[in-house]
Amino acid sequence: MIRFEARAETHWFHEWIAVIAALVLTALTAALVLMALGFDPANSLHRIVVRPLASTYGVSELIAKATPLITIGVALSLGFRAGVWNIGAEGQLVVGGLTGGAVALALYGVDWFWVLPVVLVGGALGGMAWAAIPAFLKVRFNANEILVSLMLTYVALLLLSVMVHGPLRDPDGFNFPESRLFHDAATLPKLFDAGRGHIGFIFALVFAGLGTWMVKRWHLGFEMKVSGLSPRAAQFAGYSRNQTIWISLLIGGALSGFAGVVEVTGNIGQLVPNISPSYGFTAIIVAFLARLHPLAVVPAGLLVALSYLAGEAAQLSLGIPGAMTQVFQGLLLFFLLGTSMLVNYRIRLWRSV
Amino acid sequence: MDLLLLTAILHAILVASTPLVFAGLGALIQERAGVLNLGIEGLMIVGALAGFAAALSGQPLIISVMAAALSGALLASVFAFLVLRLEANPVATGLALTLFGLGLAALFGAQYVGRAAPQVAVWVIPILSDIPVIGRALFAHDPLVYLSVMMVALLWWFLYRSRAGLILRAVGENHDAAHGLGFSVIGIRFLAILAGGALAGIGGAYLTLVQTPMFVEGMTAGRGWIALALVVFAAWRPVRVMLGAYLFGSVTILQLHSQAFGISIPAQWLSMLPYLVTIIALVVISARGVQGTSAPASLAKTFRISR
Amino acid sequence: MKGFGLKALGMAAAVLLAACSDSEQTTSTDTGAADKVKAGFIYVGPISDGGWTYEHNVGRLAVEAAFGDRVETTYVESVAEGPDAERVLSQMANDGTDIIFTTSFGFMNPTIKVAEQFPNVKFEHATGFKRADNVATYSSRFYEGRHVLGLIAGRMTKTNTIGYIASFPIPEVVRGINAAYLAAKSVNPDVQFKVIWVSTWFDPGKEADAAKALIDQGADILMQHTDSPAAMQIAEQRGIFAFGQASDMKSFGPTAQLTSIIDDWAPYYVERVGAVLDGTWTSTDVWGGFNTGMVRLADYGDAVPEDVRAMAEEARIAISEGRLHPFTGPVNKQDGSVWLQAGETADDGTLLSMDFYVEGIEGSLPSGN
Repeated sequence: MIRFEARAETHWFHEWIAVIAALVLTALTAALVLMALGFDPANSLHRIVVRPLASTYGVSELIAKATPLITIGVALSLGFRAGVWNIGAEGQLVVGGLTGGAVALALYGVDWFWVLPVVLVGGALGGMAWAAIPAFLKVRFNANEILVSLMLTYVALLLLSVMVHGPLRDPDGFNFPESRLFHDAATLPKLFDAGRGHIGFIFALVFAGLGTWMVKRWHLGFEMKVSGLSPRAAQFAGYSRNQTIWISLLIGGALSGFAGVVEVTGNIGQLVPNISPSYGFTAIIVAFLARLHPLAVVPAGLLVALSYLAGEAAQLSLGIPGAMTQVFQGLLLFFLLGTSMLVNYRIRLWRSV
Repeated sequence: MDLLLLTAILHAILVASTPLVFAGLGALIQERAGVLNLGIEGLMIVGALAGFAAALSGQPLIISVMAAALSGALLASVFAFLVLRLEANPVATGLALTLFGLGLAALFGAQYVGRAAPQVAVWVIPILSDIPVIGRALFAHDPLVYLSVMMVALLWWFLYRSRAGLILRAVGENHDAAHGLGFSVIGIRFLAILAGGALAGIGGAYLTLVQTPMFVEGMTAGRGWIALALVVFAAWRPVRVMLGAYLFGSVTILQLHSQAFGISIPAQWLSMLPYLVTIIALVVISARGVQGTSAPASLAKTFRISR
Repeated sequence: MKGFGLKALGMAAAVLLAACSDSEQTTSTDTGAADKVKAGFIYVGPISDGGWTYEHNVGRLAVEAAFGDRVETTYVESVAEGPDAERVLSQMANDGTDIIFTTSFGFMNPTIKVAEQFPNVKFEHATGFKRADNVATYSSRFYEGRHVLGLIAGRMTKTNTIGYIASFPIPEVVRGINAAYLAAKSVNPDVQFKVIWVSTWFDPGKEADAAKALIDQGADILMQHTDSPAAMQIAEQRGIFAFGQASDMKSFGPTAQLTSIIDDWAPYYVERVGAVLDGTWTSTDVWGGFNTGMVRLADYGDAVPEDVRAMAEEARIAISEGRLHPFTGPVNKQDGSVWLQAGETADDGTLLSMDFYVEGIEGSLPSGN
């Protein structure tokens, strides 16, 4: 009989095993499915997972896709640790992109070094303001932040649509719902010549570093962690739950808004009705994959970004339908979540007495 | 606005709201047992596909509904295994469930696209449906609408009048105490998840059996998330889930009608209304802090048997 | 935990190593005529939408049928407009694709960007307005079809109310509404249009609700500029009439469908791929209508009486022969100002950027202005 026995202490070694086990399981399932569809598993997997990465272009694209995931993921990992569930990061991303974009358009034609920083800060502030709403409602009225932030996401998308169809529309754009292309001073510089990896990635790494430092060294990080693990203990220690809520949501909003304006100035270059393929929601998954460790969000984000790229490659090279991507992303997650049990428990084979 | 139009609007509101009622109840029963399942969207669409496939192959309505319930429960059992047995984080697992369910339905549903299922017959309740205005609005619907109301009553009775329901609520409020009293927390939560999955599946099937008898990938269009919002909005009470669903459906339908009337507010502002209304209602309910309106205390907390 | 520092470093190292390895270079040289051509298609939705993307895919299949071994086609579905599109396009171009069809307006800027990086690959962008040496644009004069629909609707409505389910207020959609309205009004001065904007191209539930709302408010004929057959189904259920969109929706409305506008991309796709094979491809801007077969009408439903059919056919032929233009003056804008003088026809430029209702349509365009 198989039994799960709680480990006396968790070792980082087991975290690695859990991740590798999950990857292996996913790869095996993928291989089985590919064989069932008539493809050679090894070759196909190589084509969709390894080949996209085997060039500067590929790495650059990976970075471009992973940047928003990591940026938001770091913020969410901090907030989730504190027990503040910001599910509306997507909405904050959209508002950040909108406000940053609006600033960029307002400064159109101005060729000043400070344009880009102002635009980026504007985006972060916009996202922060949007996250302040659920924060305020939670602190003042005890309204559940999961739902308020989630509902506000839909509102944010509609707001973007109103703006792009009207006040921010490109006057030379044949009345199509998009803004002007941003001028060069308001566009993020790229990292490589090929692909679209841009300095937003550097920012993401910096945030990950800051987040880690905050968790390990900064007293505030400790406060938030305790507040999340045991609100009563936090209360006894005099940590303000309200402060934790505000900080978690404001950081979440700021970074999500930052990710949004980075997307708009880096990858897209203008305001359009669709600026994010659900990065805000995917980042939640990334945060959990990283088990809420800010530094681990970096590889987790890269992994999830890779799964998107692999899905596209599968469509292009193998003709596999797009829906398969979602299925496999879900599977990868299931396996990762399942094997993470190995971290806290070990398997013991018990002979029943 | 003439009365005939009013009747038609009320009728349409019920149709638009019924999937939310089922899905909301499905989320409710799980959350009352202490399980937070964010995968309602995935469960709904899988049920939608199963119900549709059954209806296409000529099965009577009841079989289609059962097929939907069964597939919802099956998919939910994967969630149950991960969260209850392997102690995976419920929030992430729920999101993974949504992703997986949507992908699975899209994959297997591709062959059904472009086909229409047979129309479901309407059951007109005699006498009651002759009441002016509300008669035909409330009593001339397909059987699933009536089923949804019955489920609300059933769930209310179960939670507040039956012993089993009391145990379920106890597990949701304080799983350690319930365990101490000898109840199987894992077992009860597992059953709650299955039941919730079945209800969500039926909610999805309503879309493909009645509202638009066809299948396309992603047709649940975020209703699962709305259902989750409804449960909180309803302060975890079944009757309020139903009322909340109708409120949400009302705002959605009225928004469409006001456009058709030629009211000159840009459509996007009107489309925001359902979400803003939900937020406001949420704030009002939370602010009052009335007893019995808070979440089950053990919601989303992992249960571990300590040795 | 130091474990995570190591993990992050390891991952970063792997990424850097991969980046340093040889990058994959594929060059497709343009040597004029070719023996074999690889054609790529990116779709904004799933093939299974039964509407817009479905018809583009039908075009792709026609290309395969027309050229057999000489052509290889690939496609990617449900590509989000934006950065993802750019990546998929680059991937396709990198893979040695010779001609890529980008089938949605929102792919415009990604197409232009990628086209700059791959000057030897040819791009065809649907419904856009930016071109380059290797980027052609193409679109269909759907409004010609709408004109015929308007004529039929105007003649057949008994309640004088036509319901219109519209998606987003982009010029193409507004053109459709205006064209249908003008035509309906020309045969029925009392006709009225009710428009609902559902802010989506594809959401069967919402489209069904909008259809019901329109019917409840008195519409007995429905038109749509959304992609699912939901409205047609509701029309069938309620015993009224409707027009299909982008593809023949008769299977969803056997009695309800009066006719349908069909996007027929096959002739254009076959022609363009053929041009690549022959080495005669150049960047053009094609805006074809009935005359080039890009817009077709489905068979008329049984409910359409003989005289209405005759009228519709006459109009269709007149348009395709250039004798009739759906936007012919005198026409005023909704605010009362004069748009077209008597006998004047609208020029393509105004049509492409149309953002106003014509006089007589109630309600306002959802533009936030």
